[in-house]
Amino acid sequence: MKQLLTVILAMCMPVVAAAAGGGGGNLDSMEPDLSDRASLQRGAQIFTNNCMGCHSAEYSRYKRVAKDLGIPQELYEQNLIFTDARFGELMEIAMPEEQAASWFGTAPPDLTLTARVNGPDWLYSYLRAFYKDETRPHGVNNAVFDNVGMPHVMVNQGGLCAEPPHIGQEPEVDPSTGEVVGDDICDDWAIEGSMEPGEFDQAMYDLTNFLVYLGEPALMDRKRIGVYVLIFIGVFFIFAYLLNREYWKDIH
Amino acid sequence: MNKLIQWVDERLPVVDAFERHMSKYYAPKNFNVWYVFGVLSMLVLVNQLLTGIWLTMMYTPTAEGAFASVEYIMRDVEYGWLLRYMHSTGASMFFLVVYLHMFRGLMYGSYQKPRELIWIFGMAIYLILMAEAFMGYVLPWGQMSYWGAQVIINLFSAIPGIGEDLALWIRGDYLISGATLNRFFALHVVALPIVLLGLVVLHILALHEVGSNNPDGIDIKKNKDADGKPKDGIPFHPYYTVHDLVPIAVFLAVFAIIVFYFPEMGGYFIEKPNFQEADPLQTPDHIAPVWYFTPFYAMLRAITFNLFGLSSQFWGVMVMGAAIAILFVLPWLDRSPVRSMRYKGWFSRGALALFAVSFVMLGYLGAEPATPIKTMLAQIGTAIYFGYFILMPFYTRMESTKPVPERVTTK
Repeated sequence: MKQLLTVILAMCMPVVAAAAGGGGGNLDSMEPDLSDRASLQRGAQIFTNNCMGCHSAEYSRYKRVAKDLGIPQELYEQNLIFTDARFGELMEIAMPEEQAASWFGTAPPDLTLTARVNGPDWLYSYLRAFYKDETRPHGVNNAVFDNVGMPHVMVNQGGLCAEPPHIGQEPEVDPSTGEVVGDDICDDWAIEGSMEPGEFDQAMYDLTNFLVYLGEPALMDRKRIGVYVLIFIGVFFIFAYLLNREYWKDIH
Repeated sequence: MNKLIQWVDERLPVVDAFERHMSKYYAPKNFNVWYVFGVLSMLVLVNQLLTGIWLTMMYTPTAEGAFASVEYIMRDVEYGWLLRYMHSTGASMFFLVVYLHMFRGLMYGSYQKPRELIWIFGMAIYLILMAEAFMGYVLPWGQMSYWGAQVIINLFSAIPGIGEDLALWIRGDYLISGATLNRFFALHVVALPIVLLGLVVLHILALHEVGSNNPDGIDIKKNKDADGKPKDGIPFHPYYTVHDLVPIAVFLAVFAIIVFYFPEMGGYFIEKPNFQEADPLQTPDHIAPVWYFTPFYAMLRAITFNLFGLSSQFWGVMVMGAAIAILFVLPWLDRSPVRSMRYKGWFSRGALALFAVSFVMLGYLGAEPATPIKTMLAQIGTAIYFGYFILMPFYTRMESTKPVPERVTTK
């Protein structure tokens, strides 16, 4: 029995290693919640309105997104498909890659799997990390992705910070004045957005949440199915255990 | 039913085969939990074959279509994600159970006379499995598929004289391309599985010819009863077929937890850059092989100095090749009069423990970016790895062993 435990522990080793690893530098953490359908729907709306002008999601289909997010076909087609694509088609865009590359220095990447490559923390931080930098072609830089080619698309909503925003920093209390420093994401706004900072954070949470969904739609089902599979294996274990005990009771 | 069996048996010895390999194959009754990894690797092999067949139905083996077809499997194919995760998890679990199976062999001296051929067939399986896993990892055509293949195939070009041409011949192109992908696909789904299955049959036939070893390393055929059956043996079927079901259930639970809850295993089973399509113009920041290759990769990188006018790359490749080659001659390195660690001396036990620790350490180091301290640790690990084998003829002969009992011990 002791040996069996050792072996089970040995088999779990990669899990422990994985849990201990990871991390990343200064990022704000973001816990996706795919059961929050309203958040996913808002995220899909932000994605379609603001991202899909330049970024495709070419491995995903409109129909699948509509089904998973509970958006009726008619509503989806009217509000969330801007090209002449049909409902069952892949979420491709019209912008030619060569031209895009000449506008932005590099072609905007496909975003279907971006959450799986970069992780939710990085995306959530990146989307909120733009700041004013006149030396850059679009006048903005990013505290998470230095010298980024992308302009700050949602500047009207989110505003633009005059200096690198506080990403992944805990608020500190200044010992001399007793003031809380770094409580807000930005101390000095160059452009005020139409949304309050908290409101914009929520919008970017929704967008990141949607991107996590987009990276792996199966995530909606697999954890639920896993429970049934494990229950089945548990029942199988009981029968296997009893059968084994019955056969081996005479072996000494 | 009986008539049908009789009809077949008169034309093909099915009853005889079943008795020889199952109901009248006598296995020692003192197997412990370490003896389950053989059957578990068979289980994973079946999993890989079945999920692999279905993945092949939906996969497109071209540089243009491979990545998109994997995402098609993940999204548009009903339960395609399950097939894919079972296959990717199966690859890692295959190596895990095979490593534990090999460690069992080292612990109880299962490679010693008369089981040398079983060990050699097993090592051949391991070698083919590495080729199979390497080529399989290229097929999703992600960044790590591409650059991993680039690094591994470039190793061949370190061989003086023929190296460049050899690498060119393997790739079928001047760089990893659709030509490479196509041939790897053919080898991964047809050629290597056939070789693998053939070797598994040989491994088991050779085992059943001489009989299984056991944790005491005792030959159970020396003690037979009046009917000629080993006193310490029990028929494999039904005793071990039933016995194995319990750990199989435990294994399946672990497997299911990974498939349904940690399919990427924090980047160890599926590396994050592999969710980005292969791009020959953009090298990832840090190229690391999948975890089951990292011990050997660490040994490759541990060689940082030129020697005898040959480059460090060449010696790195030689060391990596030697690390695997030396395992083949293990049966002739162990000169101990006893098989099992239970009766070997403290030196053998310590050497095995040190070897296991250094192998795990090398596995960790191979996944990390190289730093001076980590390179030094990898060099120490490499020295221990080879020391374990090269010094084995001496310490196994010199140390004093414990007396081996006549009959197997059971708790």
